Formats: sequence, C-alpha cells, structure tokens
Amino acid sequence: MDLISAYIVHQADDALILGHRNSEWTGHGPILEQDIALSNIALDQIGQARNFYQLAATRITELSGDPVTEDDLAYLRDVPDFRNCILVELPKGDWGQTILRQFYFSIYQYLLYLELQQSQLPEIAAIAEKSIKETRYHVKWSSEWVIRLGDGTEESHSRLIDAMYILNPCIAELFIPSDYEYEAAGSGVGILPEAIEMAWFEQVNKVLMSATLPVLKAGKKTIPILSGKNGVHSEHLGHLLAEMQFLQRTYPGNSW
Amino acid sequence: MTKEQIINILSEVNDPEIPVLSIADLGILRNVEVSDEHISILITPTYSGCPAMETIQEDIRFALAKHGLENVEIKQSLSPAWTTDWMSEAGKQKLQAYGIAAPAANGCSLQGDDQPESCPHCHSKKIEQISRFGSTACKALYRCLECHEPFDYFKCH
Repeated sequence: MDLISAYIVHQADDALILGHRNSEWTGHGPILEQDIALSNIALDQIGQARNFYQLAATRITELSGDPVTEDDLAYLRDVPDFRNCILVELPKGDWGQTILRQFYFSIYQYLLYLELQQSQLPEIAAIAEKSIKETRYHVKWSSEWVIRLGDGTEESHSRLIDAMYILNPCIAELFIPSDYEYEAAGSGVGILPEAIEMAWFEQVNKVLMSATLPVLKAGKKTIPILSGKNGVHSEHLGHLLAEMQFLQRTYPGNSW
Repeated sequence: MTKEQIINILSEVNDPEIPVLSIADLGILRNVEVSDEHISILITPTYSGCPAMETIQEDIRFALAKHGLENVEIKQSLSPAWTTDWMSEAGKQKLQAYGIAAPAANGCSLQGDDQPESCPHCHSKKIEQISRFGSTACKALYRCLECHEPFDYFKCH
C-alpha cells in the first residue's frame, strides 16, 4: 500500500474503530436519550469511515490492479494492518471514560478536518467538508458532558479523574507523526499532526477548566511503547475485530 | 422525456425516514441530466452515515421504472456538503404540519447552537431541549413548556 493510501486508511480506521466502540453502547446507554446520542455519533463516524475506505479502495485498486473494496479494508485486515491510534481502540469503560475519549478525539478530529478541507486531493477535501459539521456537533455534545460530569457530583468528578489516568497516556501518540503523515503533509494531501497540537491543548484545557478538572500540559511527550498508527496495537483491538469482523470472516463475500 | 418531467416524477420520491418530504424538498436531489435515453441523477447525503441513501436510490429507480425509464445512472457527491439551507420553503411547512420543527432560518451560522422557533403543535415559544440527538442523526429532541408535548427538531446543519 502506498503512503497516501495508508494516510487515507488511517483516517478511516480511527473513525471506524471509535464508531464501533461507541456502537457498543447501543441498547446499554445510561438513559434512552444518551443511548440514542451515542448511537448517532457512532453512525456519523462509521459513515465518515466508509467515505475514506471507498476512496482508499478506489486508489489501491487503480495503483495495484488488484480489485479492493471498502469491505476488504474494514473486515478482512488483521490487527497489525490497522492504522488507528490506541486512544480509539481502548475498551469503552464506564460512561465517564467514553465521554472523555469522545471529547479528546472529537476536538482532534475537528481540527484535523478543518485543515483537510484544503487538501490537494479533492476527494479528501470533500470528505472533510462533509464530516466537519458532524464532528463539530460531537465536540459540543461531549464538551457539555465533560463539564456536566467534571463539575457534577463527587462521584462523577472522580470517575473523570480515573478516566484521565487511563486516557491521558494515549494523547502523545496523536501528535507523533508517522511515515504516511510526513508523506501526506509533504505532498499537500494531509497535515503533520503537530500543526494542530497547540490548538488541541488550548481547546481541551478550556473545557477541562470549566469542568473543574486538572488541565493538561502541552509539549510533554514521552514516546509510547505502543503505536497503533504504525500497527503496534494493544491487546484490545484483536478482541474488537473478532466481533466486528465475525460475519465477513464466517461468510466470506456476504453482502447486503 | 424532458428534465422537467423527470423532476416531476422524482417529486413522488420521499425520504424514507421523514415520509412527508420529497428528496427535492429536502435538497438532496442535486441535479438531473437527460440525454437521449440516458438519465443521470446526482444526489447528496444529509449526514455521512445516513442509512437511507441506499433506499432512496432504490426508490428513485423504482419511480422511474414505473414510467418505463430504466437507463438510469445515480451518482452521489459529498461536495458542496448538504445543508438545511437547501430545504425548500414548502418542505419546511410540510415538516411543521407533520409535527417536526423546521430548521431555524439562518440558524446554520450558529453552528449547532440554533434552536426551533416554536412548538410545532401549539406554536408556543416556551420550549426546552431534552437531548441534542433525536430519532435520527438530523434531529434533536425538544419539549414544549406550555402544551408539554415532546417534539423533534430538524437541526440546522
């Protein structure tokens, strides 16, 4: 797979894996309205992932001559082939952990799409233009929830502190560029994640302050051992794929 | 068949999730081109993950097939991205009559902080948000503080 295709697949994988994690709440949300909210967010993310997979599949088919479909990319790759970050593959945890993860990731994705609207690849610019409206709404929803829980009861506050212990170590990876991000930035197709790093910390900290939660320190990077963006995943992704890919693995080629 | 006749046939194709609105009312029918026997139709999704797009394509084919038109190509485009500003005035009135509050005029500039102008049942302006998300991705849930009825709001997007 060429590096630009890998860049597109990386965007798709981030959206699909988090969409799948959020879909695990469907039927299990704390109240009906929020069950529906998270299911709708999952739907947006899986829709965005499909657009990226379709684009990547067309490109890979053209370059290699072997026909590849969106379903091949989503359902027939194994753990080391996935290019999503660790943050999105961690188990959903409790409601606080799900909310905080969505908040961290939505702000990241919002800032990313903002830049990708200027991509030299018109198809990426179009997906970003389409997706950013949805993601902006995810940012609003998750920010409101972070404030509600952080500045809520002693219990809800402590749950978010626990979530920060689990999720904060995954932040560094978002801003450490991989080879395909260098390639995409160099050719004007994408960006280096450093370009949105300061804005990310600013926006996140603004909400964390309103939520009476400890703010994050920008620029303090410890290189993580795992690197989902380079295919070195946690133990959790395999379990997720086992469930997500079950149908396509059991009945190969099955379609709607 | 002329372009106008095709558009006329397509005015019978309704959104499967909001069956009072046609795809033209909703603004997702973007273009129709007719050359000899070939018809090319361009549609755009409301939301990236809109699960209705495939049904809508089938419904378009079915509506045209009823008139003997089978050489039909349907394309999807993402850009320019769909916005509720493209919803027709007639569409907004149909929505209100159906019990769904129409997107606020000029609300898109508020980027998600828009809200319905009034309750679609009793037209009271005393309303409150229950949830940012309603029965589909394109709606939010509200309630009227006077008639106490809950209602869907078609969000500005």
